[in-house]
Amino acid sequence: MSKPLYPLIEREVRNAWSGGNLWMPIIFFISIAILFPFAVGPDAKILAITGGGVLWIAALLASLLPMERLILPDRENGFLDQLIVRGYSDELIAIAKIIGHWFAFGPPLIIASLFAAALIGQGDDRMGLIILGLAIGTPALAGLGVTVSALTAGLSGASAIGGLLLVPIAIPILIFGAASLSPEPGSALQLLAAASLAVTIVSPFAAGAALRALRE
Amino acid sequence: MGQGQSNKTSIMMDNLACMRSNRLIYQHISLQISARDIVWVKGRNGSGKSTLLRQIASLLPILAGQLEVLGDIGLTDEKLTFDTNLPLEKALRFWTDLDDNSLSKLDDAMQLFDLVMLSTIPIRLLSTGQRKRANLARIFASEAAIYLLDEPYNGLDQDNIKAVDKAMGLHQKTGGITIIASHIKPAIKIDHILDLDREYGHKHKNGGPS
Repeated sequence: MSKPLYPLIEREVRNAWSGGNLWMPIIFFISIAILFPFAVGPDAKILAITGGGVLWIAALLASLLPMERLILPDRENGFLDQLIVRGYSDELIAIAKIIGHWFAFGPPLIIASLFAAALIGQGDDRMGLIILGLAIGTPALAGLGVTVSALTAGLSGASAIGGLLLVPIAIPILIFGAASLSPEPGSALQLLAAASLAVTIVSPFAAGAALRALRE
Repeated sequence: MGQGQSNKTSIMMDNLACMRSNRLIYQHISLQISARDIVWVKGRNGSGKSTLLRQIASLLPILAGQLEVLGDIGLTDEKLTFDTNLPLEKALRFWTDLDDNSLSKLDDAMQLFDLVMLSTIPIRLLSTGQRKRANLARIFASEAAIYLLDEPYNGLDQDNIKAVDKAMGLHQKTGGITIIASHIKPAIKIDHILDLDREYGHKHKNGGPS
């Protein structure tokens, strides 16, 4: 019997919407873009050089925000058990979680980045690069978010530990993502794609193993 | 899945043991359960009733002994298993749609547990007893051949306790297996008793399978 993934993904997106969690990363993202020019001054040249990096830091931190609700509630209310009983593998559950998490924060973040980019002095010519970079990088952030939530579910201070765990693994994504917006990007975009692909492919297995460990 | 295969439904436990956090919960559980059997797992709090059900449901690893389960499993325990912001019927439909089960069975289960009036109320507004009934409706709407019920009587009034027994009887008629973990003796006829207090799961026959 095949195990349908679509209802699980739909549920993830629905819960993100209905919990009001959809707006949190976006508001966070745009707030940083609003605050940043006040902090470094309105010099267009400086903003153009540093803005790309700030956008990527904001994207990374925004992806951390919903982490607490990704795995823990489903563990506590028995959803994970029910799926295992139905023959879903932990990896399949992780894949559904990652795709659902991405849909709930990836596309809204990309749309928000258009406003944020304008606020921190990124020219029209770089919009394409920003969208492309985020489209490539956010699946890896979604995979990392779910993996770290599964690893820390049930620990006290999970979000703090989760942040500590996620940040080092996310650094390659951040380096290549921000570099793709620098004046001399080189092959940063290709490297971003490679790093993102590696993280995205590994994360269902890592998250699946963490989910399995959660049961006992 | 479903009723078509119910004649093949069976559970075989041979010298089954379970350890959690280096503590032996039970050992030497041997029991052959066949279609139409109702099994009562009895024991004090902490004697391993829920653990045994979770092991049968393949939620816990098997460290010693053998376990063979033939048939789809439906499990209900103290966990809510619903999204609290959904109305009751939609929350139940999530699982019946996922299992591709018939709506008529869901309707029957909702009527049996007197939930039809509550179908548009969000789960978060339901009382403890109503949530328990919703959970039981979820399991009895399922076309799984094996029902694992962990303390199904908790928090229920007399009418709904009778409804549980009635639903177990219906499940038995269609050839299903029911394993019920409870510290209260079910009023329905039991085919096997597993007493986890007395001899770490030594089997006692009581009546024999019908």
